[in-house]
Amino acid sequence: MRNAMRVRCAVGAAAIAMAAAACGGGSDTSGSGGVVRASWGDPQNPLEPADTNEVQGGKVLDMVFRGLKKYNPKTAAAENMVAQSITSTDSQNFDIKLKPGWTFSNGEPVTADSFINAWNYDALLKNAQVNAPFFSYIDGYDKVHPDASGAKSSAQTLSGLTKVSDTEFTVRLNQKFSLFPDTLGYSAFYPLPKAFFSNHAAWLAKPIGNGPYEISSYTKGTGMNLVKWDGYKGPDPAVNKGVDLRVYTDSNTAYTDLQAGNLDLVDDVPAAQLRNVKGDLGNRYINEPAGIIQTLAFPLYNPRWSSAKAAELRQGLSMAINRPQITRQIFQNTRTPATDWTSPVLGAAGGFKAGLCNTECSFDPARAKQLIQQAGGLPGGSITISYNADTGSHKEWVDAVCNSINNALGNNKACVGAPVGTFADFRNKITNKQMANTFRAGWQMDYPLIQDFLQPQYFTGASSNDSHYSNPNFDKLVNQANAESSPAAAVRAYQDAERQLVQDMPAIPLWYQNGSAGYSANLSNVTLNPFSVPVYNEIKVA
Amino acid sequence: MGRYVIRRLLQMIPVFIGSTFLIFFMVYALGDPVAALFGDRAPDPATAAQIRRDLHLNDSLGEQYLIYMRNIFTGDFGTAFNGQAVTSLMGSAFPVTIRLTLVAVVFEVVIGIALGVVTGLRRGRPVDTGVLLLTLVVISVPTFVTGYVLQYIFGVRLRWTAPSVSPSAPVGELLLPGLVLALVSLAYVTRLTRTSIAENTRADYVRTAVAKGLPQRRVIVRHLLRNSLIPVVTFIGTDIGALMGGAIVTERIFNIHGVGFQLYQGILRNNAPTVVGFVTILVLVFLIANLLVDLLYAVLDPRIRYA
Repeated sequence: MRNAMRVRCAVGAAAIAMAAAACGGGSDTSGSGGVVRASWGDPQNPLEPADTNEVQGGKVLDMVFRGLKKYNPKTAAAENMVAQSITSTDSQNFDIKLKPGWTFSNGEPVTADSFINAWNYDALLKNAQVNAPFFSYIDGYDKVHPDASGAKSSAQTLSGLTKVSDTEFTVRLNQKFSLFPDTLGYSAFYPLPKAFFSNHAAWLAKPIGNGPYEISSYTKGTGMNLVKWDGYKGPDPAVNKGVDLRVYTDSNTAYTDLQAGNLDLVDDVPAAQLRNVKGDLGNRYINEPAGIIQTLAFPLYNPRWSSAKAAELRQGLSMAINRPQITRQIFQNTRTPATDWTSPVLGAAGGFKAGLCNTECSFDPARAKQLIQQAGGLPGGSITISYNADTGSHKEWVDAVCNSINNALGNNKACVGAPVGTFADFRNKITNKQMANTFRAGWQMDYPLIQDFLQPQYFTGASSNDSHYSNPNFDKLVNQANAESSPAAAVRAYQDAERQLVQDMPAIPLWYQNGSAGYSANLSNVTLNPFSVPVYNEIKVA
Repeated sequence: MGRYVIRRLLQMIPVFIGSTFLIFFMVYALGDPVAALFGDRAPDPATAAQIRRDLHLNDSLGEQYLIYMRNIFTGDFGTAFNGQAVTSLMGSAFPVTIRLTLVAVVFEVVIGIALGVVTGLRRGRPVDTGVLLLTLVVISVPTFVTGYVLQYIFGVRLRWTAPSVSPSAPVGELLLPGLVLALVSLAYVTRLTRTSIAENTRADYVRTAVAKGLPQRRVIVRHLLRNSLIPVVTFIGTDIGALMGGAIVTERIFNIHGVGFQLYQGILRNNAPTVVGFVTILVLVFLIANLLVDLLYAVLDPRIRYA
């Protein structure tokens, strides 16, 4: 070690012009003092609960806030957190009672108003919160947040929210939705302190919440230091002293820093390192299913795909894809071939059913060719698969999928990849219904419910129904499921609806994405929650 | 001299306006950024319309450009999507990148010129051939390869330095990234200096200086080197702009949150204010560096005068 120090100074001395700082500080590589040093990405939007819809901002909110419910990190079940009880007799009117004693880290108590004011703010059109549609089940949403572009709100507050007392409020929905209480663990539903409204800019610079951590410093674009909040009274306090989040632009660099002992935890192992990761980290590498499914969607509004026989065609394409081979060769087993439209993290009780799409989602090139020929061949003789080329390295697997289809059909020109320059452009083409051919689609769950995998994507006119799929039977079954009084019955009804998707194949399930993480020998008890985010508050630091 | 500088500064105005418009136009051509804000989810029309109105995206390109320019002259470069003012992004990014660039330039000047002089004076000897071969290798290997390899060797294997640079980016931590950034240009500086020196060793004024009986050191430094440096100075001057803008790869590898990082984020998220703002400043840096180079000619070679 002495030797290494001397050489480091020699390097510095070589460039005399800037030797001053070279040998001084910067030796923070040893001992992190009970604090977890973790990799992070720059959040895309300001850190507000209803304006954060991606995982990097979400992981901070989940450390700083606790909502009415929290999803169990292991089982994904929604469990009461701030809520004492959430009851309903008709699946439409809910009575929410809060546990007493919860406070924000600035001392302000968490009351019914903390929720009502937050939800009214989140839903109001003027505030342009990207997660506003999550409040659309609440009565009065259409007045606060009219749907048409250019419309003005005719009310400032949601009429479905009524305060009963400081520890109780009621929610009236505009339709029956038995699983509503289980959605309340999502970050959009977090409570907000008065400071959020009185000094918004200061709050955004350093958000204040009611969770096990408080933010001690936040430098946008660079990093954030979170420290354990000693005043936290909840059942899940932090077992470490804090978390230092460092922004990395390149996951390779974060991985190199982990190897060098400069970082304790990376939650995104770069694809290029997947071959070495077992050797580098041994059992300090986690690779397990996450709540993400990848599909190939079809523009069902386009005449190429709307004919009567097109469903058969789509089933044929599905059977032409060799999923196990692609997940093994391209993804090094960080994906699992999909046999339904949900995710294994839901568990059997939550609605995941392996093999729900069985023959139609299995590789059978002979049958695939037969089905496609029965349906009159590929529209126009060939198809393309669109993807965005700027992030996510989709090219490899799209080419592999096309290869698989080409081999099955014995035609080298049947399928080619069609890259779109940027993600924004790609999304615009989808939103504006300009797609003429197959395109990649991905869905990351908001909350671990079967409803979240099916309704937003396949219900007629739903917010993320990119295929513009519409089937009366599917819609009827979803409505029926939402009106069921028990969650188990709702899940069963949803699975019936899902069987309709096997018939119509509006999107081909490809694979479930795994979450991955690697950590240093300093840490123990590192686990990933169903959202594939590390459970920071349970990490022990040696 | 003064009039020359003023004329050059005035020439910068049309270049500035033209380049900002071109960049603005190109970022605009990337398309509507609002959809990407919603991730894989379709934006609800009302919220999207609200955001478009706030960002003036419904106005024509010309109007948007005028609004942008009007704001720039009041010191408002707009905001990035995470709500930060672009000026504050610049405030944190430029000092880091300038430091990195300076480290790189110092490497270029010190090592590049020294190697160039040694090889130029010993043409055809083993030292010359060896260095030439080495520069050829350095030029042909892409920056990201040298970056990752050196990072792994010095950061992970030998542990002489941390593989990534901490947020404050002290000069000590920038030595390795600076070297990586400088390597290719360093090789060019070596070759330029070598050729220039080799040519000038046979010049009349060098022979005169030697005949006068001046010590060899003085001949080389005062007479030979000073005249040989003109092409090298031109190269380094234009290279400063290239280094600052071209640091994207190096900054990514070493996780330096400088100009390259912000530009990369801005392009990825289609954020016109970030991209246009940063590139505009880079254009200015380029122009000023060129002006300084032209002025330096006069210092190096008294025969060159500006009116």
